[in-house]
Amino acid sequence: MIAEAGLAALWLGAALCALQLFAAAIAVRGESELAAIVRPVAVAQAALTATAFALLIWLFVRVDLSVLLVAQNDYSLKPFLYRFAATWGNHEGSMLMWVTILGLAGAAVAMFERKLETRTLLATLGGQAVIGLGFYAFLLFASNPFARLDPPPAEGQGLNPLLQDPGLAFHPPTLYLGYVGLSVAFSFAIGALVTRDVGPAFAKAMRPWVLGAWIFLTIGITAGSYWAYYELGWGGWWFWDPVENASLMPWLAATALLHSATVLATRDGLRAWTLMLAVVAFSMSMIGTFLVRSGILTSVHAFAVDPRRGTFLLVLLFLYIGGALALFGARVGTVREGSRFDLVSREAGLVANNLLLSVILGVVLIGTLYPLIAEALGVKISIGPPYFNLAAGVPALVLVTVMAAGPLLRWRRDDGRMLLRRVAPAATVALLALILVTLFAPPIGLLPLLGLALAAGLALASIAPLWRRNLLRTPLFTWGMVLAHLGVAVSLAGVACDSSFTVEKLVAARIGETVAIGPYQVRFAGLDPVFGEDWQALQATLEARRGSGGALILNPQARTFWAPPTETSETAIHTALDGQLYTVLGKQAGEGRWQLRLWWKPFVTLIWAGGALIAIGGALALVGRVRRRHRPAREGW
Amino acid sequence: MKDRAKWAPLVLFILLGAALSYGLAKPEDRNITSKMIGASVPSFVLPPAASGLPGLTSAELASGKPHLVNIFASWCLPCIAEAPQLKAIADAGVPVVGIAVRDRPEALARFLARNGNPFKAIGADDASQVQMAFGSSGVPESFVVDGKGMIRQQTIGPLNPQDVAGVIAAVKAAR
Repeated sequence: MIAEAGLAALWLGAALCALQLFAAAIAVRGESELAAIVRPVAVAQAALTATAFALLIWLFVRVDLSVLLVAQNDYSLKPFLYRFAATWGNHEGSMLMWVTILGLAGAAVAMFERKLETRTLLATLGGQAVIGLGFYAFLLFASNPFARLDPPPAEGQGLNPLLQDPGLAFHPPTLYLGYVGLSVAFSFAIGALVTRDVGPAFAKAMRPWVLGAWIFLTIGITAGSYWAYYELGWGGWWFWDPVENASLMPWLAATALLHSATVLATRDGLRAWTLMLAVVAFSMSMIGTFLVRSGILTSVHAFAVDPRRGTFLLVLLFLYIGGALALFGARVGTVREGSRFDLVSREAGLVANNLLLSVILGVVLIGTLYPLIAEALGVKISIGPPYFNLAAGVPALVLVTVMAAGPLLRWRRDDGRMLLRRVAPAATVALLALILVTLFAPPIGLLPLLGLALAAGLALASIAPLWRRNLLRTPLFTWGMVLAHLGVAVSLAGVACDSSFTVEKLVAARIGETVAIGPYQVRFAGLDPVFGEDWQALQATLEARRGSGGALILNPQARTFWAPPTETSETAIHTALDGQLYTVLGKQAGEGRWQLRLWWKPFVTLIWAGGALIAIGGALALVGRVRRRHRPAREGW
Repeated sequence: MKDRAKWAPLVLFILLGAALSYGLAKPEDRNITSKMIGASVPSFVLPPAASGLPGLTSAELASGKPHLVNIFASWCLPCIAEAPQLKAIADAGVPVVGIAVRDRPEALARFLARNGNPFKAIGADDASQVQMAFGSSGVPESFVVDGKGMIRQQTIGPLNPQDVAGVIAAVKAAR
């Protein structure tokens, strides 16, 4: 019964979504009583999908094996957290989560958006309903999560053990909140194109929504990166995997959008460009969804592949992205271009930021689709980290330079010489860092060297806007910008350190042997069997000593799960102030020897600490913006 | 904004969409082109695997005449299925030589007696070392090797009846 109730809720939600579209479309054309029902319908629609999603979670937690999806992905001996999170550890369940978040985003706009002009708001909710309808159809006709299995099996097939980790409970939901949250920006752009109402008020209304989605996306990517780092046991934190790229591309577009929306809100410039980015950001989310679920590219995140689903999603892409861009082409000529600005000005800096982010986005997009392009041309070459690191790294370093100078620029026009004087301290610090690293560190590559120097410069430059200000009266969104930019500097320093100073060792060790790695002496003290609820493992005991300090115990495991039978390696990581000791237990390597893989990764944690700072900065800016909305605004950051 | 520029995003997206459609529609290509194509066969000396037939060395493969090298085993069922095709190729005048992977002389003799013997020589590769050096991951696999000992073509899996003409042509072309 529960599954049928879920399916019914989903159909009702789809029907209300159609009603939302119909009512909004009529109401936008002119005065109509239907205008009054659009908001409540949007809220009711979200409540229905959320109900369907809650029922699916219930089925998973109860392990109702008469439901096909549960039988394929659940297992009664799994701990509660993983039965719960297994709901979205598969295609259908995660798609239902996608649609639920889409509905909730629309409901949030319906309930809380009070600034946007009424017709634009109606058009926006109409846009949200158009997107919703397609994905409801996708769920109901090509990915029904509530399909029954008769007769039910005695036990489920279980969840991929790599997913049996607290990360599964948090990473997909946050990432989806970001991905799908961007649909609001997309719908805002559609609404504005329909009503031709683009200006500072529009940008100010849209900005908090973009900011909210962007914060979740930042957290999702950062957390996902750390999860991959400790779960896969490969020692890396970013693999340029198509699905990682699929999350990075919307983030890049959304970051550009945040900055261009600031120009639109403050100076009424970059109107067409801001609309374009709002369309592109969510388009990248949809393209990412397509890439992951069509099986078109191979990836560690691949879902069960079904060509029919790929075709369905591709049709949706053509309808939505093609439709939005066609609307853009047809209407943007009637959007008056905003005000002009000088070549040396805050606006110009933000334009440079946008162009560079777009270049990086293009590089990542081309690199991700390269296997397809190459195959169409008859060559079989894969491109990997060397391409991405160079082609995305160079514009990223230029971007960091612009980032250091941007916040120190004045709006409209500024004096080049004054600017030089303002960036001089940061430039000096960068140069000093460059010299110090060249002199005292082991020789490293050019990109990491520049990365370290620029990170030092940017760190100083990003706190410069606080110089000589009353810190208590500095607006929250200025603090947000400072923290987010500082976060980029911190992350960049982590990336550069990890790529140049990491030490790796693969040894076949006997029990009792000691291996030196970085500043540590690691003694292989023992090997014991251990058991969990649905796995057994061999667990090594490693005693790591640094200098004359006491022994740290690390316990990496080689685990064997029962359902489905899979072997995984559970890393053991010790975090010190200046880096991480990362240990993996491998296979038996002949007579009493075991493979141990050890890394010393100096300052690697800065990568994720920076990501967290960026997200906190975003959150401060959001709180600042939302508070400011209830008071008359003073312009600018 | 310029009149034409405003349609540029749509055009770019249609190009992207075309690439994605192509990617979705293309038949999945399972041919893996080995890095060994165009390279010399690894150097090896294999003892005879069956009584009455010589063993196989890489020097013989470089002696001026093209060969078909068949990597097989008596314990392999698809190898039985491809036996008639190997016989047809040998009957067309192509020298066929074998590398028997992890096999036993008596088992191999039974295999040849039951399925016919198209081989001029069979080397015993008891530890799969030569097989791996050829870049082969399973049995059966067939390599067209030219007169200089250069690998020209690799077929993974059993040769089907419709492959025979192609293999004979490839051996002729490798002269």
